[in-house]
Amino acid sequence: MSTDTIPNPEKDASASAGELIRLDQVTKRFGSNTVLDHLDFSVDAGKHVTLIGPSGSGKTTILRLLMTLLKPDEGTITVDGQQLFPASDKQVREVRKKIGMVFQQFNLFPNMTVLRNITEAPVTVLGMSKDEAVERAKGLLDLVGLADKCDAHPAQLSGGQQQRVAIARALAMRPQVLLLDEVTSALDPELVAGVLDVLRDIARSTDITMLCVTHEMNFARDISDQVLMFDLGRIIESGPPEKIFSDPELDRTREFLSAVL
Amino acid sequence: MKWDWSAVADFMPHFWDGLLVTLQILVIGSVISFVLGLVWALLMRAPSRWVTWPVGVITEFIRNTPLLVQLFFLFYVMPEWGLTFSALTTGVVGIGLHYSTYTMQVYRAGIEAVPVGQWEAATALNLPLRRTWSAVILPQAIRRVVPALGNYVIAMLKDTPILMAITVLEMLGEAQLFAREHFQFTEPLTVIGVAFIVISYLASLALRALERRLVH
Repeated sequence: MSTDTIPNPEKDASASAGELIRLDQVTKRFGSNTVLDHLDFSVDAGKHVTLIGPSGSGKTTILRLLMTLLKPDEGTITVDGQQLFPASDKQVREVRKKIGMVFQQFNLFPNMTVLRNITEAPVTVLGMSKDEAVERAKGLLDLVGLADKCDAHPAQLSGGQQQRVAIARALAMRPQVLLLDEVTSALDPELVAGVLDVLRDIARSTDITMLCVTHEMNFARDISDQVLMFDLGRIIESGPPEKIFSDPELDRTREFLSAVL
Repeated sequence: MKWDWSAVADFMPHFWDGLLVTLQILVIGSVISFVLGLVWALLMRAPSRWVTWPVGVITEFIRNTPLLVQLFFLFYVMPEWGLTFSALTTGVVGIGLHYSTYTMQVYRAGIEAVPVGQWEAATALNLPLRRTWSAVILPQAIRRVVPALGNYVIAMLKDTPILMAITVLEMLGEAQLFAREHFQFTEPLTVIGVAFIVISYLASLALRALERRLVH
């Protein structure tokens, strides 16, 4: 089915909310296993899109392709008008500046303090002055509710706190797009809400574009403009969350949702 | 056999000379092996086979031939090519080079033990490759390998007497010289034996302190 045209509910779509991300006929294989099969889809700027579906259906692979952690076998990926594949290293680095990612396993740098985790890239990549980076990092830590943890090392924090630092670290690079890869899957149940609250807050208060792979369906319902249902490397159904979660077209979607809800 | 304290006293000036040389070999040899081992380990990760293949062959060769043969080669063959260095310089470079082929494997294991997520986070933050190595990967890798590197320092200490074979007068060399001149073997050999234990022990204490500092 075609998912090229994601309906835009806002009236004035042309000025601010143009197409930001576009995948054309993207195929990704691991050995003989085709994870993404000639996938087309696009995301408009400022939208929050949630990718759902059974594991192995290719959701995470899309995020990893966009973050340039993987290369597609076929097809093209465009971000903000700039092609990501094929592209020179320099072009890839330019495109990466627009994208931030939060990982399932946090992946904070254990050898650095919380503050330095957040300031490292703004200083070395964006050329921000140390003072400015520190100031902004403190503001972001405040946003994620960890203003008092500047000097802690990641190992001294709970999983939920580490993940909130990782969110602050990604935001410190002022990305246009935030990729969220099952960011609560590795957390103890009682820590999930804190992380999701932070993300809800960001979704509400910023115009950052979000691509979110999650099994937290309530969260997906709250923040999403669009939900994409994946199965076997294809998008089998897409629509606004009210539609997908309450009245999906396909039995496959219904089965999946009844299994996870 | 009778223990003669006056022989100990007579030997001590020679002992201090030998100790100084042994420590020089150990410290400079360790630094060479640590630095060169890291260079080998990084070169082995180069994308081109034109780099990894020669480095692999050379280091494999050095690791699998005896240190004594290498020292003889450096000391007796290199001068025929016009490269002459003092015995001590030759010995220090030889032992450092030899041990660098072991430390490279320690570094390799340490680098491989850094989780792939660290590389991915560095990519996601757009850190340049050089910065990823210097700020993220190596600090974590080296922290992991300090105990293993420490073991090679102790092993190197026990190999320092081999340098006697190329006329370096380290502790054993001084002891043997003294013993031959005075026909007293027990005292000088006992003194240096004790010295080896003391140096090993102090080195292991220092390494443990370093390990503790790196963990926190």
